[in-house]
Amino acid sequence: MMVMDETPEHGAGKGVPRLELSGISKRFPGCLANDGVDLTLWPGEIHALLGENGAGKSTLVKIIYGVLKADAGGLRWQGQPTTINSPFQARQLGIGMVFQHFSLFDSLTVAENVALGLDRAGSMAELRPRVREVGQRYGLELEPDRVVHDLSVGERQRVEIVRCLMQDPRLLIMDEPTSVLTPQEAERLFETLRRLAGEGCSILYISHKLEEIRALCDAATVMRGGRVVAACDPRRESAHGLARLMIGEDFATASRDGGVELGEARLVVGGLSAPAAVPHGMPIDDISFQVAAGEILGIAGVAGNGQNTLLSALSGERSTAPASAIRINGHDAAGLGPRERRRLGLAFVPEERLGHGSVPEMSLADNALLTGYEREGLLKTGQILFGRTRDFAQRIVQSFQVVGGGVAADAGSLSGGNLQKFIIGRELLQNPGLLVVAHPTWGVDAGAAAAIHQALLDLARQGAAILLVSQDLDELLQIADRIAVLSNGHLSQCFATAEVEVERIGLLMGGLGHAVQPDESRAV
Amino acid sequence: METLAAVLVTVIGAATPLLFAALGELVSEKSGVLNLGVEGMMLVGAVCAFAAALTTGSPAAGILAGAAAGMLTALLFGVLTLSLLANQVASGLALTIFGVGISALIGRDFVGTPLPRLPLLEIPGLSDLPVVGRLLFGHDVLVYLSIAAVPAVIWLLDRSRTGLILRAVGENHEAAHALGHSVIVVRYLAVMFGGAMAGLGGAYLSLAHTPMWAENMTAGRGWIALALVVFATWRPGRVLLGAYLFGGVTVAQLHVQGFGVDIPSQILSMLPYLATIAVLVAISADSVRVRLNAPASLGRIFHPDS
Repeated sequence: MMVMDETPEHGAGKGVPRLELSGISKRFPGCLANDGVDLTLWPGEIHALLGENGAGKSTLVKIIYGVLKADAGGLRWQGQPTTINSPFQARQLGIGMVFQHFSLFDSLTVAENVALGLDRAGSMAELRPRVREVGQRYGLELEPDRVVHDLSVGERQRVEIVRCLMQDPRLLIMDEPTSVLTPQEAERLFETLRRLAGEGCSILYISHKLEEIRALCDAATVMRGGRVVAACDPRRESAHGLARLMIGEDFATASRDGGVELGEARLVVGGLSAPAAVPHGMPIDDISFQVAAGEILGIAGVAGNGQNTLLSALSGERSTAPASAIRINGHDAAGLGPRERRRLGLAFVPEERLGHGSVPEMSLADNALLTGYEREGLLKTGQILFGRTRDFAQRIVQSFQVVGGGVAADAGSLSGGNLQKFIIGRELLQNPGLLVVAHPTWGVDAGAAAAIHQALLDLARQGAAILLVSQDLDELLQIADRIAVLSNGHLSQCFATAEVEVERIGLLMGGLGHAVQPDESRAV
Repeated sequence: METLAAVLVTVIGAATPLLFAALGELVSEKSGVLNLGVEGMMLVGAVCAFAAALTTGSPAAGILAGAAAGMLTALLFGVLTLSLLANQVASGLALTIFGVGISALIGRDFVGTPLPRLPLLEIPGLSDLPVVGRLLFGHDVLVYLSIAAVPAVIWLLDRSRTGLILRAVGENHEAAHALGHSVIVVRYLAVMFGGAMAGLGGAYLSLAHTPMWAENMTAGRGWIALALVVFATWRPGRVLLGAYLFGGVTVAQLHVQGFGVDIPSQILSMLPYLATIAVLVAISADSVRVRLNAPASLGRIFHPDS
């Protein structure tokens, strides 16, 4: 295959576009996911696809990859009108896709996972050296015989990418690839992508991390409500300008105002150790920190480094010993259950919205009852006071602008952002003295994320202590007063956000910051 | 020595139907489909095998009919759970009840009719060797088939591309679908293989173990096969071990009862279950390995358009 154009300028590519979409429409029951979408990709171009959750990006790439069929519209591949009916056909044309939620099989080996994405895999004995060779060529080293569930998140993504690269793709689609990577891993991914683009491969890059898009991409298409609303050169736009295009209106970015008067320590953790909460989880070892009234302490780290273990120990879902390892408002709490800890003033927002933070099949009012029954007085002699419960849920919906169906709607019917606003609102309206919140804006659109950040900052300003566990370093830098990094079950020292170097945090997240215990296996 | 050999031969008789049914269920579960209708499929296989062998006079026709009938029953289950998205547990239980009923209906006129036993494959010379001859040679074709099925299933699952796709579908059906593998087709094939194997297990009962038809003649073997799959942590080699262990203890406790030992017979009847559970729990104590073998999508319904 000839490389037609080494570095095409946006919209001015010469020769034949690699992929041309015109008027793509797709309707789902109740929503028009894609409405007349046009998109042109040139050879060697890294093209960003931007948009809020629900803007129709995922639907569009699924249509390109043959997972979904468009209701209307045409597709040209290298100038030829084509219909793509299946992922097999997409792969034969030279389209590869790295999925947002990894399409890997935990119990299978790396080589087996790669084989499942190839149409003619050959024998395993032939495949292993090819996996190594392709991995080395693009800086994605992998051990073919390791079982996927033993791999770190970054390594898993390498498996996905190698699987695509094995078939010499002409177009690589990447759906939010860096949301799970450390800054260093992300930088390394960018190098791989630039090298691929240099070889003439087109890359369609979906992300909501605007700085990243500005650094990496040559062109951007912005979608909103299923339509293309703008096409631009991201290198010439500001991040705020791109965000405005995505949301369609201006919004205020929440930020710390600093100078908060710190009160007494609300949460004191000293020498907390706990075995893994789930099989294959990460145990935590000798964790110590404290959170004072009025401050937000951020805990950074790549998922799978002990966050789940720490969170379940803090929420009270698992009790630990000694009882003094966790002190809430001056009381020994490590041996107490969630209910007793709530009585001491703890509120908790878990990572998983559906199933952990809420019961999807129950109404918002019933979900409000689940954590608010005691502090809001929603029970009387064992009976539910439905009127008060509905009022409480109604107050949450109003205060936090939760859109969708009202308090009688099932929690599972809300969009991710709205449900998250509801769950955070449910805890915040109970005026907790101490809030432990995990990944509050994961998979939430920029508008809702800004509202959630503002609510957390307001709560801290009113004198609550907040522990914020997040993978999103930008979020922590934006609203946390101090940051510590959890890596391999160990917690680093705390850094004041104002003085911290991102570089150093990134190294700690990659497990390289501990001078004492450098972890070779995670070297990036 | 001759008595020992005779005992061991009856062990094979007790183990073979379990081995067939459990291997079939294992393949079905590895693809992510939990079919609790094994007992029903075995019964339908048993009665159809008996009817075909009796009316045609051909044991081969009986065996084929047993496998085909089990497969058809499983196909019914497949249509319900894979195409119509019905709940797998409820459908499986219904399939067992259905199998009990329809096999009784089909077998109405056969109750008490005798049938010559499935012929033994005598190998001149070898089968006449003392002890070893009777143990290793001179069984019927189904016994050999059931043993041969163990390495065949191991090869299918661990070595072949089909098996890789089947395991992938059972592990994470959304991902398999996204990669373009046909979840529904793979599951139909696995379920039908499971049905055919259950049917063969039933055929062994009505053609060889006790060559006759009686209502409910499987007597819970389908449920034991289901339990074996779980306790064997979805590994064919362990299914073989479990089936023979269960068969062995069943026969041994019958002999103990025969000697008139002063232990209540109910306690002795429990022994096979206790022994099988104890041994298989002991070898599957490593929870990490169990997790890796257990199909993560087991029992979950796949909606292709979500």
